[in-house]
Amino acid sequence: MAGGFFGGVHPEYNKKLASGKSIEVMPLPEQLTVYFSQNLGAPAKAVVKKGDEVKKGQVIAEPGGFVSTPVHSPTSGKIKSTGFYPSPVGTLMEAAVIIPDGEDEWEEGCDRERDISGLRSEEIKDIVKEAGIVGMGGATFPTHVKLSPPEDKPIDILILNGAECEPYLTSDHRLMLEKTEEILEGASLFARAINVKNIVVAIEENKPDAIEKMREAVEGRDGFSVEPMKVIYPQGAEKQLIYSITGRKVPAGGLPMEAGALVQNVGTCLAAFEAAGLTRPLIQRVVTVTGSGIENPGNVLARVGTPFKDIIDFCGGMSDDTAKVISGGPMMGISQYSLDSAVNKGTSGIVLLKAGEVAQFENEPCIRCGRCLTACPMNLNPSALSIFAERMRYEETEEYGVMDCIECGSCAYVCPSKRPLVQHFKRAKAEIRNRSKKAG
Amino acid sequence: MLTAVIALAGLGLLGSLGLAIAARVFAVETDPKAEAIEEVLPGANCGACGKPGCFDLAREIARGNAEIDACPVGGQKVAEAIGKIMGVDFSGGGERYVALVLCAGDNKEAIKKYHYNGIYDCVSADMFFGGDKACSYGCLGLGTCAGACPFGAIDILPEGIARVDSDKCTGCGKCVEACPKGIIKLVPAGRNVHILCSSHDKGAAARKNCRVACIGCQKCVKAAPEGAIHMDDFLAVINYDAEIPESVAGECPMGTIKVFKAEDSAGQEAAGGGS
Repeated sequence: MAGGFFGGVHPEYNKKLASGKSIEVMPLPEQLTVYFSQNLGAPAKAVVKKGDEVKKGQVIAEPGGFVSTPVHSPTSGKIKSTGFYPSPVGTLMEAAVIIPDGEDEWEEGCDRERDISGLRSEEIKDIVKEAGIVGMGGATFPTHVKLSPPEDKPIDILILNGAECEPYLTSDHRLMLEKTEEILEGASLFARAINVKNIVVAIEENKPDAIEKMREAVEGRDGFSVEPMKVIYPQGAEKQLIYSITGRKVPAGGLPMEAGALVQNVGTCLAAFEAAGLTRPLIQRVVTVTGSGIENPGNVLARVGTPFKDIIDFCGGMSDDTAKVISGGPMMGISQYSLDSAVNKGTSGIVLLKAGEVAQFENEPCIRCGRCLTACPMNLNPSALSIFAERMRYEETEEYGVMDCIECGSCAYVCPSKRPLVQHFKRAKAEIRNRSKKAG
Repeated sequence: MLTAVIALAGLGLLGSLGLAIAARVFAVETDPKAEAIEEVLPGANCGACGKPGCFDLAREIARGNAEIDACPVGGQKVAEAIGKIMGVDFSGGGERYVALVLCAGDNKEAIKKYHYNGIYDCVSADMFFGGDKACSYGCLGLGTCAGACPFGAIDILPEGIARVDSDKCTGCGKCVEACPKGIIKLVPAGRNVHILCSSHDKGAAARKNCRVACIGCQKCVKAAPEGAIHMDDFLAVINYDAEIPESVAGECPMGTIKVFKAEDSAGQEAAGGGS
């Protein structure tokens, strides 16, 4: 068993609600809200307008730079309108509203089988780039960028992230049980793309069935191994996972490739397999719909652009006393004010909570108890950082390493004063980024 | 006893002699003009002139590197006083500018889209779906501008909206920079007709979000003299160079146009709903 990084917390996992439910395919909704930009980095640029007819798999937004990915239409139909809609990432974002024509007709060239055994490294990178694949654990970092490390930073280990440490969520768990072979095929493609022989599937110990299934599946596959991980949040965070498996530390401000490791979420591996083997761009994902507020918790295969409202209805609707709807998990997710928010490539779950389960932040002063210091997996000092941020002393927050904060929420989880710590850090990070942008 | 007194007194004398010599030898030459100018500058070190503090500006003015009216905060009075020190006649007489929050959508008038439970800071709230007001242009009322004001001229009214006390406002523009919504403008003091809305939403959407929103009906444009009010993307905008009769306010079906002297803070508070 691997998994010993400093810090971390043990929240209630509540995974049983949905972990036993097989993935159900969600029917085509009446309309889809597809955001034009679905990745971290440079936003993509729309290439369609109101009134256009689109085919399933047709590019509707093109990358706006290297760290950017295209967006494809999730079905065939007509674009009813474009405009700004609430998006699960907490902003109002430009999107196309697509009315499906019901035919679900693929764009020419898509959806045909391809032999993936002979694909070369460059071909794999191009396929991943053109399919619009991003990190599907939630961060939506463009995958082709991760597959293009500079020559002086050799990578010797590929880690498949099946830790799924975020409470409530079970989408990766279900994928590992139901799409085992496809995930490993996708992983082999990644390994070939960066020429890595050592592939580790990292799964938290609270998913024994997934560990077993994966162990059976990797038998006979060269270089593959399965590593059960200690159950602690945030085990699945990239830097923590690399440390748990290899003992290497990613330098402050650096990328995982600087520790010689590449981490890919299991969902991303599946997307890569579908893009290469079936010529299907990334237009759907598994979303865990769970929490005490939903009638029938479960795991739903939904198209990108499916409004939350439709998914919740598909799962039997929400109870009247639901107080909070979160996109993602309760630790890092973002609460939604509108069910018009739609699934994007990073929406791993929708969690519905009742009033009694929702903590309210109070802007109480820090009592210097130091619990956040022992909880922070990045070895930061959240107490001092938040006090600086409150006084708008952003230079000091930078000196104290706020830019290394991974926004996992462990500090806010343990804070007895219920301080909105992560919000302070998000604000400080935005301010520091703005200032460095202004300074050129 | 006596030895100790004499010894200490001797040491003291020696020390003071040293200090007296050092003060002569190492004296820093200061321009008496710069010192005099610093006296008349407001002394808030707000940085609105572009210099790090008031003394830096005073020195630059004394050297002739900056204009005598370079302090935007001091306005005419300070410029005249500096003119006297420098022996120049100040004849500019530029208009005094004060900050104005172009939003009247307080908690009674504007619709909220969610219950905000977080840091009491507009920039933080704005990062989350653009804040809790349904109108994406409206004042969030969490006081980031008030915190940025070096003169304590901005209050957050109990109704949840920022109002500028124009007696205290010096037009330094710190709040204009601080507001994440960009809805604070510097306007000439003494003007009395104002359109307190910044929403570029189309009429129907604007009306749905706020009861005092500009719906772009253009009635005021027609009622005002040519060119005094123009439309900018569904929002009526005042050209503060023009004179606008107070009667125009009566034309607005939404009550978005308010009449008060930007100079008269009492009137402004009345327009904002009183405090």
